[in-house]
Order: sequence, then structure tokens, then C-alpha cells
Amino acid sequence: MSEPIIKIEGMNKWFGDFQVLKDINLAVEKNKKIVVCGPSGSGKSTLIRCINRLEEHQKGSIVVDGTELTENTKNIEAIRAEVGMVFQQFNLFPHLSILDNCTLAPIWVKKMPKKDAEDLAMKQLEQVQIVDQAQKFPGQLSGGQQQRCAIARALCMEPKIMLFDEPTSALDPEMIKEVLDAMVNLAKAGMTMIVVTHEMGFAKEVADEVIFMDEGMIVEKAETKEFFANPKSDRTKLFLSQIL
Amino acid sequence: MNKLNFLRPNIENLNTYLYSGIFLISIAILDVSLSSFFSTNITSFLPNFISFLLPLILGTVGLHFIRIEFSGIKNLDLLNKNINTNTFNAVLTLLIIFAVIKSIPPFLSWFIFDATISGDTKEACTGTGACWTYIKIWLNRFVYGMYPNELQWRINLSFIALIGLAFVGLIPSEKIKKFLTLYYVVIYPIIAFVLIYYLISGGAFGLEWVETGAWGGLSLTFIVSFFCLIFCFPVGMFLALGRRSELPTVRYISVGFIEFWRGVPLITVLFMSSVMFPMFLPEDFFMDKLVRVIIAISLFEAAYVAEVIRGGLQALPRGQYDAAKSLGMGYWKMHIFVILPQALKLVIPGIANTFLALVKDTPLIFVVGLLEIVGMLNLAKTNPKWLGYAMEGYVFAAIIFWIICYAMSKYSYNLEIKYKTDR
Repeated sequence: MSEPIIKIEGMNKWFGDFQVLKDINLAVEKNKKIVVCGPSGSGKSTLIRCINRLEEHQKGSIVVDGTELTENTKNIEAIRAEVGMVFQQFNLFPHLSILDNCTLAPIWVKKMPKKDAEDLAMKQLEQVQIVDQAQKFPGQLSGGQQQRCAIARALCMEPKIMLFDEPTSALDPEMIKEVLDAMVNLAKAGMTMIVVTHEMGFAKEVADEVIFMDEGMIVEKAETKEFFANPKSDRTKLFLSQIL
Repeated sequence: MNKLNFLRPNIENLNTYLYSGIFLISIAILDVSLSSFFSTNITSFLPNFISFLLPLILGTVGLHFIRIEFSGIKNLDLLNKNINTNTFNAVLTLLIIFAVIKSIPPFLSWFIFDATISGDTKEACTGTGACWTYIKIWLNRFVYGMYPNELQWRINLSFIALIGLAFVGLIPSEKIKKFLTLYYVVIYPIIAFVLIYYLISGGAFGLEWVETGAWGGLSLTFIVSFFCLIFCFPVGMFLALGRRSELPTVRYISVGFIEFWRGVPLITVLFMSSVMFPMFLPEDFFMDKLVRVIIAISLFEAAYVAEVIRGGLQALPRGQYDAAKSLGMGYWKMHIFVILPQALKLVIPGIANTFLALVKDTPLIFVVGLLEIVGMLNLAKTNPKWLGYAMEGYVFAAIIFWIICYAMSKYSYNLEIKYKTDR
């Protein structure tokens, strides 16, 4: 078994006096797909935001691809460049066209020549089937299209790991499917993924492991089949009975 | 035909009401116009009080008659909706119309019909209207200040060159487009400085040196405004970023700087820049008064610009920062490519506001003895040969400032439209 690409040990995080994450231990191996679920306020989003240090942790260690997350900004930027992230609110850059959204970071962070960056962006946009929208601005696209563009934008950095923070929660039911399809394709291509989501169908189809969180702690972590078939803790059972 | 109920105009008798209403309103306006333009009172046979109020009463009744909902006539509906929704609004509408009619003739007769522009001396102005002769004779001073007449071509040449160079951005060439930002932000100001330093100031290349004390009038207004606008913007931007910095030292310095400059009146700053500032400098170090003034105004306005830009930075959703960071962008890349373009677009109206205020603040440089256009006016109006024409001078200055400011405001409005990509 290879060295895990993400390794979190004894991680704690506080917002002021309020402890949001308690003693998180987690190892994710390359090419694994992890789904994180749990009730609102359980710390799921905070956990994955800690992995690319959009949030700082106060105790414990997080090692991503052999680099520990510390105050060192060079390290952080290097890690962020290889950890892609997709947000609930898409967070596309509204002043740039879809194509420019995708090429901005490759050109300026990875110093990729403009031509190459555009080719790559068009390839990624084709993967998520919005290549015909490349010249439009985010405000002209539907929510589903925007989220797929956000996925393409993250992929243009050719990341080793993709983090998804409730990518379908702000979408119409009809648009959820097109985004989930894009994510399933990505999973099949072998990307290492950590997905915070309430879409249990997606979890069953794609995930290798499911993590259930509550009140800042990992309550249960199990293989997907095992997790749905016979959850161990009562809290997980309760959650599943309500959501399924 | 239905019985007419005068208190309730209705659609069945649309035409009756419409024509009688229009008739009454016309009489009201005619009455006011006649008394205003020809000083005749067609209702003089009535008692004074009623004669005075008659147009208002007739107009109100007339507007009441034409207040018919869903008349089917588009313009009438529009009129009713906008200026004739109820009796109170009808009265207000009439009062405004009457006030305009009443005030136009005296203004026009002062401004044009009774005004004088011929002649070369005060004696030419015999009419009751404005004495534009005064402006005509002094125009050269209002534009060029005390700059020697025979050297004024140097100012003209530099301004024409600068205006011409400002249009480089319109050249439709891909090669040039790449460097436009660099050109406007760095090269253009340097060209402007060189032109003004060598051509207007002189002292080299066989050009006679003209000290800045002799500069003045409208050209000085432009020079001061131009450099202050160019300098205060970047300084303000860095201050805004500094105030939001995570580094305490940078943040406290920015806050201190902004609060200091916002807390003191501009006139004090100008005074200190010319009187106190030289005391802290080494004796052999000389800095021109005009340069000191430009620096002082720039720093002063930069504090305001900083707060305007900070407002824009705060209006951006946190997600934009998250997204930029998650793509591996560092502080500067994030701000240059993602945050500032959006924030600056949001604050165009606020920046335009500050810039307009700056242009209109330039007359204050009189406290250090620099006379731009208003300063020259003040000088001219105290000239013994031309006493008593302050009004013409201030109207002239108001028109000039209005033109400058309106142009800037239009330009900022165009920018807003140009950069509108979302929503």
C-alpha cells in the first residue's frame, strides 16, 4: 500500500472559542474517492477547506502530497496549485469570459504559454460539454453550466486532488444531474476526490469510502457498501434513515 | 350623452374633458408667459389677489380635467402618471412650470440680450446686462495666468500634444493594444511630465525659463488636476489594500495615513506644504512650490480614493478570494487579476465623485499664491479699471468648471457601461 496523498493527524480547529473540528485523523490514498456527509454545521466544509488551507488549523498536522501545511506561503501556493476546488456558489470570476476563467491560473500561476493554456481549457470545457459557451461571461450561463465551468477551471491546473464543497447544493434539481455526470466522469478517469455532498446516489455509485461527520468529529468511516448496508453508530443510522 | 359631472372626469366624455382641460391649462400658461415676457396682465380687470392666483387655479382645474385613467392615449397616460397623479402633484407641476417661465426672461436678457461684448474698456459696458467685454479682455489671463504672452505657444503646444497622445488607445492595432495599460499608467504621465517640465517650464534647449509663480489660469487648473488625478489613484489603491492587509504594521500605517489626511482640511494641508514643509528640509534642498502643492493634494485625495476603493473591496463576496486562492494565486496575482478589476468596476461612481471634487478643489491653491482660473478671476475683479464685474467672472468660471466636470462624469458613465459584463 502506497503512502497516502493526504494525511491528517490529530487536527483541531477553532473559530474563536468554538471548536469546529475535533481530533480529525484521515488518510486518503491516491485515486481514492471519498464522500463526506453529515448534518449542517458538522464541520464537513471546514475540513476540506483546511486541506488547501483556505482555513488554518490550530493543532495537529496536515500533509498533502508530502508537503506539510504551515505558515510558509510558498508551500501553500504550491499545494493549492495541485489541489483543485469546486465551491457551492461556483465562484467563477464574473469579469472574465468562460475561457479566460479557465486560462487565468494556468497562464499566471503555472506560466503556461497562452496558446497551450487555451488548448487545455478548450479540452477541459469539452469534457464538461460547455465548449460552445467559451466566449460567454459567467452571468450568461445557467447554474449547472457555471458549476461545470468551475470544474473545468479547477481541472485546467491539472490538479492531483479535487475537493468538492457541496457542488450541487445551489442548483435546480434538473441541473444537479449534469454536474454529477461531470463528476462521475472525472472519478472514472481516476482523479483523487474528496466530495462533501448530500447526494447519496452519487456516493453509492462513485465513492470508495464514506465519512460521516457530526459536531466536528468523524463519527464513522467505512467502505461505501458497508456504510450503507450496516452502519455502526446510532447517529449514522439516524442520519441515513432520514436522508434515504 | 351622460350628464357631465365636473368633479369626476371620466372616459365616456374623454374629448370634452380633454379639450376643456387643455384650454384651461393653455390660458394659465399664456397668462404667465405674457406677464413674464411682455409685462402685460390680461387679467388686470380682476382684483389683484385673484389676478395673481388665477393661472394656478385655472391650471389646477385643467389638470384635474385631463386626469383620466386608462384614457387610451399613450402620452396622456404617461403625463398623468408622471406629473399629474393628484391635485398636490398638479399644483407642484404648475408652480415649477411658472417658475421656469418667470425666470427665463430676466436670465436671458442679462446673459444675452442686454449684454455687451464689444469694446475694449469698461466704458463699453453701458447696458443693464452682463459685461462680457470684461471676460474677453481678460480671457488671456484667465487661461494662461501671468505666463508671458509671447511664450504662450509653449503651453498650447504641450496641451495639444498631450491631448493627441491621449488618443493613442484608439489606434486599432493588436501590437499596440498589448502595451496600452503600460502606456497610460507609466509612459503617458512621464511624457506629460517631460513636456511640462521642459516646454512649459523651460530653462533648457534655448527656451526661456518661466517660474511656476507665473503659471496660472485654466492651464494651471489642468496641470494640477491632471497630475493629482494620476498620482492619487495608485497611492489610494495601495492604501486601500494596505488597510485590509493581514500584516499589522502595514495595516496600522495605512489606517494612520488615511485618518490623518482625511481629518485635516485641504486648505491647511496646502498651507503647511508651502510654509511648514520647507522648514523640515535641508537648506540646500529646493522643491518647487507647485510640486509641493501637487504632492499635498495627491496625498490628501489619495486618502479619499483609498476609502472608496476599500468599499469596493468589501463588496466582493468572499468566494472570489477563495476561488483565486484555491487556484494557487498569491496575494498580488489574486488582487491584480481577480479582486481589483471587479472592485474598481464597482467603485467607478465613487472614484468619479472624488475626482470631480478634486478638480473643484483646485482653486484652493490660491492660499499658497498660485492663481488658477478662479484665482485669476479674483485678481481681475480687484483691478481698479474693472471693478464691479465679479458676477460675470464667476458665471464664466462656473461654466468652465461645469464643462470639465460634465465631461468627466460622462466619461465615467461610459466606463461603467463598457465594463459591465455581468448582471
